[in-house]
Amino acid sequence: MLAFTLRRAVQAIGVMFAVGIIAFSMFRFAGDPVNQIVSIDTSAAERAIVRKSLGLDDPVPVQFVRYFADAAQFKFGVSYQFRQPVSALLMERMPATLELAICATVFAMVFGILMGVYSALKRDTVLAKLFQAVSLVGISLPTFLIGILLIYLFAVTLGWLPSFGRGEVVKLGWWTTGLLTLSGLKALIMPSITLGLFQMTLIMRLVRAEMLEVLRTDYIRFARARGLTTRAIHFGHALKNTLIPVITVAGLQFGSVIAFSIITETVFQWPGMGLLFVQAVQNVDIPIMAAYLLMVSLIFVTINLVVDILYTVVDPRLRSTIGRAA
Amino acid sequence: MTEPVLSVRNLQVEFASRRGTLRAIDDVCFDIAKGEVLGVVGESGAGKSVTGLSVIGLIDPPGRIAGGEIRLAGLRIDNLPPEQMRRIRGKRIGMIFQDPLTSLNPLYRVGDQIVETIRTHLNLSEQAARRRAIDLLAEVGIPAPEKRIDGYPHEFSGGMRQRVVIALAICAEPELIIADEPTTALDVSVQAQIISLIKRLGRDHGTAVMLVTHDMGVIAETSDRVAVMYAGRIAEIGPVQDVVRNPLHPYAKGLMGAIPTLAGEDKRLVQIPGSMPRLSAIPRGCSFNPRCAFAFDRCRVERPEPLPRGAQSVACHLYDTVPAESAA
Repeated sequence: MLAFTLRRAVQAIGVMFAVGIIAFSMFRFAGDPVNQIVSIDTSAAERAIVRKSLGLDDPVPVQFVRYFADAAQFKFGVSYQFRQPVSALLMERMPATLELAICATVFAMVFGILMGVYSALKRDTVLAKLFQAVSLVGISLPTFLIGILLIYLFAVTLGWLPSFGRGEVVKLGWWTTGLLTLSGLKALIMPSITLGLFQMTLIMRLVRAEMLEVLRTDYIRFARARGLTTRAIHFGHALKNTLIPVITVAGLQFGSVIAFSIITETVFQWPGMGLLFVQAVQNVDIPIMAAYLLMVSLIFVTINLVVDILYTVVDPRLRSTIGRAA
Repeated sequence: MTEPVLSVRNLQVEFASRRGTLRAIDDVCFDIAKGEVLGVVGESGAGKSVTGLSVIGLIDPPGRIAGGEIRLAGLRIDNLPPEQMRRIRGKRIGMIFQDPLTSLNPLYRVGDQIVETIRTHLNLSEQAARRRAIDLLAEVGIPAPEKRIDGYPHEFSGGMRQRVVIALAICAEPELIIADEPTTALDVSVQAQIISLIKRLGRDHGTAVMLVTHDMGVIAETSDRVAVMYAGRIAEIGPVQDVVRNPLHPYAKGLMGAIPTLAGEDKRLVQIPGSMPRLSAIPRGCSFNPRCAFAFDRCRVERPEPLPRGAQSVACHLYDTVPAESAA
């Protein structure tokens, strides 16, 4: 088990190294950073000083090693547009994104699993068919459109919820949270639904399909032959087996929820990392873009690792095969 | 005569399909007495498993029991509400399925599955149920049960898993066990162990056993009586020695003739020409008539009803010396 975890961790570091190379090469290919920092009428001598102070005239390998060593300590240089350290900017924005992503995922998991289980167990009811139809909409409508529709309905027409921003936030150390104020919670509702809707429909369809599959298995038939209660069969035996693939998908989707919160954050002007990234792209702020790339891949890699480990916790069969392989 | 543990009368099971209703079981009657082992043989699709499943009330839609009666120790069970039938399943009727590798939930410890079943049916504490589970595992011949009880199904071999499945089936001391091809998925050497285990449990607990299999050898070794099924009907039923030594129905004769013996090595095995009809195309009259060497005109028109012949009962016109005036 330990060997398995270690092996996976080493693989994860390898992936991060590869991403680091890509992030670093962005600096090489996206124009001269010095031009982004100085104004048009800066003299050549001053440009040379800036270039030297940023270490841009060192050989490329030296720059790469320096960049990677810094990145490993979460130092990503200074933003061209804000003149602030990128890591500080990201840290400031991260709570907003994480809170949004977690709320969206919780929303997606809770409703996705409930609706999926319901539509598997009561396959022929009107409600189950409605869920199926709605899920088709959820899967095919693009995120920004859902966001705009929600804003139009609940913010513009009904005026129940704010159309943008995070509302009032409370500072807890370096973390800022919108979960403790009413306006913060209200502001969280629409972005969470917008961001989580796709995942919800995905999870719902997955749970439904898996559950139907599991209900056909021999051990469910045998459980029925043993006279177990329907509740024990459905929610003990069937659901637990259903959740294995759901954990994987939901876990991996959490990464994309964070990565694709860019769109939701833009629609709702949510002050998170995604919005920061979009602004960085508009201003060719490469340090932020590179750092964002690294952050998102770090999250992805970490989630993959956690999912792999969680898998072995849920499924005893994997525990022993891993034990044997190690 | 004491009341049989299981009494099936004129059972009919139908499956609604796109091409109309298919009758999988037609007018099947049999009894199983306390402590008796009834073997049910037949080709695949003859209705053996469906008969077993309808007794325990696990026919899945679109299948349904369309007629007849099933009585468990006098109590009619074929039309019980689902919740009452559930209480009977596992408690009064235990079932063993064909494939022990897939019969156990892979995510739960073997002991948890047994304890769960025990506590569903018997009013026992967690500890008492666990002690009982260990005893059961010991009884079905699992070595070091107090250790193996915490194992997961994948840590058991096929034969051991089938023993666990049997332990699960008997954990509430049922009056009847339905074993649906319990040895088909196992190695031959393990088969014999499982068969003798089922036989011993039936004897020790006075449990009636309905043993569904297509293996005549298993039947001959285990059963007291045997029912030969063909195309959803019982062709012949009777004490196992009689049916094996002196089969009456041409189909049963064919089945017995198809068993290789160690002695008569120069004799060719008899084979029954053709194959069993599909449910959608069961011939008129006797369903076996197209394959039967002795078929005559009546067989193609009139369906034979079971006729008693000594201890046996056979559904064949050959044994009906006086033609029936009023065909049912």
